[in-house]
Amino acid sequence: MFEFCTDPDQLETFRWFSCYLTTGKHMNLYWSVLTVLTLLAITAPTALLFGFGGAAAARSRIAPLRWIGQTYIAVVRGIPDIAFFLFFVIALDQGIEYLRHQALCPDWDQPIRQGNDFIVCQAAKMPLGSAPQWVHETYGFAIAVVTFAIVFGAFAANVLYGAMRAVPRAQIETAEAYGMTPRQTFRRVLVPQMWVYALPGLGNLWMVLMKATPLLFLLGVEDLVYWARELGGSKTPRFTDYPHGDWRMWYFLALLVFYLVFTRISEIVIERATARVTLGQATTGGEAMRKAA
Amino acid sequence: MKNLILATSALALMAGTAMADGHGKTIRLGTEGAYAPYNFLNDAGEVDGFEREVGDELCARAELTCEWVTNEWDSIIPNLVSGNYDVIIAGMSITDERDEVIDFSDPYTLPDASSYLAMGEVDVKTAVLAAQTGTIQASFIASMDGATLVEFATPEETVAAVKNGEADAVLADKDFLSAIAEADADLQLLEQSELLGGGIGLGIRESDGELREKFNVAIQSMKDDGSLNALIAKWLPEAEQF
Repeated sequence: MFEFCTDPDQLETFRWFSCYLTTGKHMNLYWSVLTVLTLLAITAPTALLFGFGGAAAARSRIAPLRWIGQTYIAVVRGIPDIAFFLFFVIALDQGIEYLRHQALCPDWDQPIRQGNDFIVCQAAKMPLGSAPQWVHETYGFAIAVVTFAIVFGAFAANVLYGAMRAVPRAQIETAEAYGMTPRQTFRRVLVPQMWVYALPGLGNLWMVLMKATPLLFLLGVEDLVYWARELGGSKTPRFTDYPHGDWRMWYFLALLVFYLVFTRISEIVIERATARVTLGQATTGGEAMRKAA
Repeated sequence: MKNLILATSALALMAGTAMADGHGKTIRLGTEGAYAPYNFLNDAGEVDGFEREVGDELCARAELTCEWVTNEWDSIIPNLVSGNYDVIIAGMSITDERDEVIDFSDPYTLPDASSYLAMGEVDVKTAVLAAQTGTIQASFIASMDGATLVEFATPEETVAAVKNGEADAVLADKDFLSAIAEADADLQLLEQSELLGGGIGLGIRESDGELREKFNVAIQSMKDDGSLNALIAKWLPEAEQF
């Protein structure tokens, strides 16, 4: 990075660290922070969407839809994340490749399952075997987003389902008395009022999601916990220009600070959002705000 | 003339389909990247070490385009079998157990002694021994009477366990441990060593016989002209040569 970095053995502490912290490996660590933040930024709204769909389905008046919603919530909530990640991702990946295989290679005569192996024709590979590394990484990232969204969507669905039921019955009755259709009641009365009940639960979920990113490495996406462990491990002079002992403690301390700061920021945002949705609600919080005003 | 055009276009078509399933393919090499000197990430964050050089040379000789990916040791075999990469090149010893799930190429190192690394003299027969999960060393310790096995996900953690007293000694490949013993005055290799495994080979899907054959030919040619021994001497000074 810097010109004086050619011979790190001779450097005094400050310069040594400025070289050490800008090696290609550390750049990967900084990138992984961005990867994780991007993942969160995409996953959170997607999971909320899944949750909203799941909750709406679970309280639907149409029985099959209700069954689908309730099964989704029950099944995904019941399976340990790590099992779900290992099973579902491989299943999803193979499912996509199977469909592409059927469409692209109709004259393939060998079985797709050969013992332990899963074999499709080259054209059906996702991504293609010849694709550059970044395509593989983006694909892994996309799979990660979908998996996270499904898992956390189920939890969000349960939170939203509870929140929808917590809206006072009198509000719904009044809406019906005004002649609103069920759909109008849902959109104009139920949804705007449920957020105040949903936010504490959703806030919790967000915190859990934030810390669940090490699961990414199961999918081949290198997150910042992976890099902290890799960089912190002791390095011998034979294999690096920057030998050091076991520094994992310091790297994890930095991670701790990072996550604490991030948590604090999230808390502030959630607090503001809560204040906003509480305004004018028939809850203790809303009543307190009315009196204070 | 018309026939000629037809014949050439038919030939071009056939060549096109043949291309689709052969040469256009990039072979993805999966490694752990945490087991110096076999494979590790260098300061630039790239895969480096003995296997990096062997892998690149094998690919050049077999005329394959290769690409390196890192994967956690725990899931390195499942991800090969499901097709996320095509070859495991991660210091993986050839064992019967693994051979049931995947195929191995010919070994590119001889069966290498595994050593114990400890803070002082330890009686390994009754000691608490650390090893990485899913390695031949872990299953060896598990089969010992009297010794207690503690497993860790990464090689780094097995050494850390000895340093903080959680384990009395760690059992791993000699070349991995000797590099650490060299750099750390507190740690030393014990006299005793164990001969485990059948040498290190490339892990390849059982259905990929053609790829395996290509790599076997390349490995043989590296053995024949001594270039493999040169790399072993460079990276694995403790290991035996072919």
